[in-house]
Amino acid sequence: GTNVQVDSASAECTQTMSGALMLIESLKKEKVEMIFGYPGGAVLPIYDKLYNSGLVHILPRHEQGAIHAAEGYARVSGKPGVVIATSGPGATNLVTGLADAMIDSLPLVVFTGQVATSVIGSDAFQEADILGITMPVTKHSYQVRQPEDLPRIIKEAFHIATTGRPGPVLIDIPKDVATIEGEFSYDHEMNLPGYQPTTEPNYLQIRKLVEAVSSAKKPVILAGAGVLHGKASEELKNYAEQQQIPVAHTLLGLGGFPADHPLFLGMAGMHGTYTANMALHECDLLISIGARFDDRVTGNLKHFARNAKIAHIDIDPAEIGKIMKTQIPVVGDSKIVLQELIKQDGKQSDSSEWKKQLAEWKEEYPLWYVDNEEEGFKPQKLIEYIHQFTKGEAIVATDVGQHQMWSAQFYPFQKADKWVTSGGLGTMGFGLPAAIGAQLAEKDATVVAVVGDGGFQMTLQELDVIRELNLPVKVVILNNACLGMVRQWQEIFYEERYSESKFASQPDFVKLSEAYGIKGIRISSEAEAKEKLEEALTSREPVVIDVRVASEEKVFPMVAPGKGLHEMVGVKP
Amino acid sequence: MKRIITLTVVNRSGVLNRITGLFTKRHYNIESITVGHTETAGVSRITFVVHVEGENDVEQLTKQLNKQIDVLKVTDITNQSIVQRELALIKVVSAPSTRTEINGIIEPFRASVVDVSRDSIVVQVTGESNKIEALIELLKPYGIKEIARTGTTAFARGTQQKASSNKTISIV
Repeated sequence: GTNVQVDSASAECTQTMSGALMLIESLKKEKVEMIFGYPGGAVLPIYDKLYNSGLVHILPRHEQGAIHAAEGYARVSGKPGVVIATSGPGATNLVTGLADAMIDSLPLVVFTGQVATSVIGSDAFQEADILGITMPVTKHSYQVRQPEDLPRIIKEAFHIATTGRPGPVLIDIPKDVATIEGEFSYDHEMNLPGYQPTTEPNYLQIRKLVEAVSSAKKPVILAGAGVLHGKASEELKNYAEQQQIPVAHTLLGLGGFPADHPLFLGMAGMHGTYTANMALHECDLLISIGARFDDRVTGNLKHFARNAKIAHIDIDPAEIGKIMKTQIPVVGDSKIVLQELIKQDGKQSDSSEWKKQLAEWKEEYPLWYVDNEEEGFKPQKLIEYIHQFTKGEAIVATDVGQHQMWSAQFYPFQKADKWVTSGGLGTMGFGLPAAIGAQLAEKDATVVAVVGDGGFQMTLQELDVIRELNLPVKVVILNNACLGMVRQWQEIFYEERYSESKFASQPDFVKLSEAYGIKGIRISSEAEAKEKLEEALTSREPVVIDVRVASEEKVFPMVAPGKGLHEMVGVKP
Repeated sequence: MKRIITLTVVNRSGVLNRITGLFTKRHYNIESITVGHTETAGVSRITFVVHVEGENDVEQLTKQLNKQIDVLKVTDITNQSIVQRELALIKVVSAPSTRTEINGIIEPFRASVVDVSRDSIVVQVTGESNKIEALIELLKPYGIKEIARTGTTAFARGTQQKASSNKTISIV
């Protein structure tokens, strides 16, 4: 091909180039900092143009690692994560990450290779109907039929992924489309008549909300990830302070409101604080901001906020009324809505009794664990040490399960975008690659991947990326030699029949790290933690810390499935 | 409850797949779908007849459909004054001896015979679904060999009457 190497700044007029080069030029136009990808047959033309393109490409050791890293990058930077994988197995390895990003509303633009258009549908080598496979887990998807369409599609994809409720957009590129030449232009107007997200709230609903607050006796805010996606944590704080409304967070919202703030009630839900859960149970006005009433937050809906008027602020109209009957629906961007509410400066509610009650609960029912080393080194204590040694300023990435809940409980976040966790999908193996993406987004930050020994083994091959790029990621394995949360449920709900939740064997994680050229240390007691943990967490090199924790420890408090939030157990030692 | 929902969509590949996938994902039952071009090039109209549990489901379904990038407009027209039509082809066992009798049956339905063979005829009928069902019932005793139905397509009438109760069952 006679490719014109175009300076991205000067490519205003149309140029003839191959589809692959159009892709590169489009990514430059979108000011993409880095790509997480893995080459293969169908994307060879793209990788050939990537070579010497000046774009930074991160090569994980598995496509799943690429997409989770892109998610971590997106969560921390607020920018879209860009992923490339080849056709067939390369593409299908992305499915978990797409589903994860979809349910947790993370902006991704994902490129998959496809077999040549002439053989699509013939069960060709490495052919998979990736559009069909991923439709339910993408915000939108495209298959490019001719190179001329690529710039338009890429422009639309970045727009769709990052606006409204963010989400993953997939672009499937047949191999020949990458090779054929066409006219490149990136100046065209976006034409998406069916996509116009509402960001400005309806003034009438704002007035209704202001009035509802002024007449409430027991108001509470439930703040979710929408506050973070909208970059609205400052506004949330100002609004809560102006109106003196207490705030509870969902798991994914953590960091949106400072944990040490007197109005903060903690995390709500299955393993939330007593105060947050009772506040949601007893309130007379529930203002949900960018949260979607997940079953892990609400418990049994029959009991949830049973006496409350519900105000629901969300950029996605489909979330309003999906789970809860809503009296005050406010469709809009969290930041704009909160700014509008602050501007209204409505009358505060008369809720001194309510706040007194909440303060009493906070005092009476703090998060707890029994610090008894005879049962082993308590994982909660480990998280407290991590918090202490990182001065509460680290970015923490986790998988799903007990270690995730303990991190949420015992690592209080003061600031937004420090918490990278797989909430909706609950993906094991998310934490390590997500931490890599987070570290690449925030080069100077302390990034700690808190993982279980189960999840770690699902994506541990990405240690090689940590080594290769010398990323100072700290991998802390809460090693209880079992699938802790599965074990906990089997103990409580399945009469201690520990079906396949205990690993009969386990690799030596220290030696394993060393095999990857990464320092590995083992901590088996509190004394060892005191001795070794601070140095490990404050160094500027990668470390894997295998911490042997009490294996029978359970996460409390707990709302059993089917129960209401007020029926939580384990609220006190 | 049965609802008739019409959509206008940008006619791009995969749009129907996305929409029907959404029904599966959210657990809604589709009774019928019709798809066809509209007066605008590149825009198609889809008419769904769906069964849902209640109002809340309709609202949720409408909102989820609206979220699709290629969906331009979603309307639940069930309670509007609408024109709804379905076409059915019914192959009925018919010896020459019963042919006149069948003709007598289909005539009030303004159905027509569009194919005749030695032992069967094909009846074409258009109208609302319940009219078609009524005709099928009447033809059953003769023996039905095959039925092909298009599913309902519909849109709102030019003039909307006030009450939804005065909807007449038109046989035309």
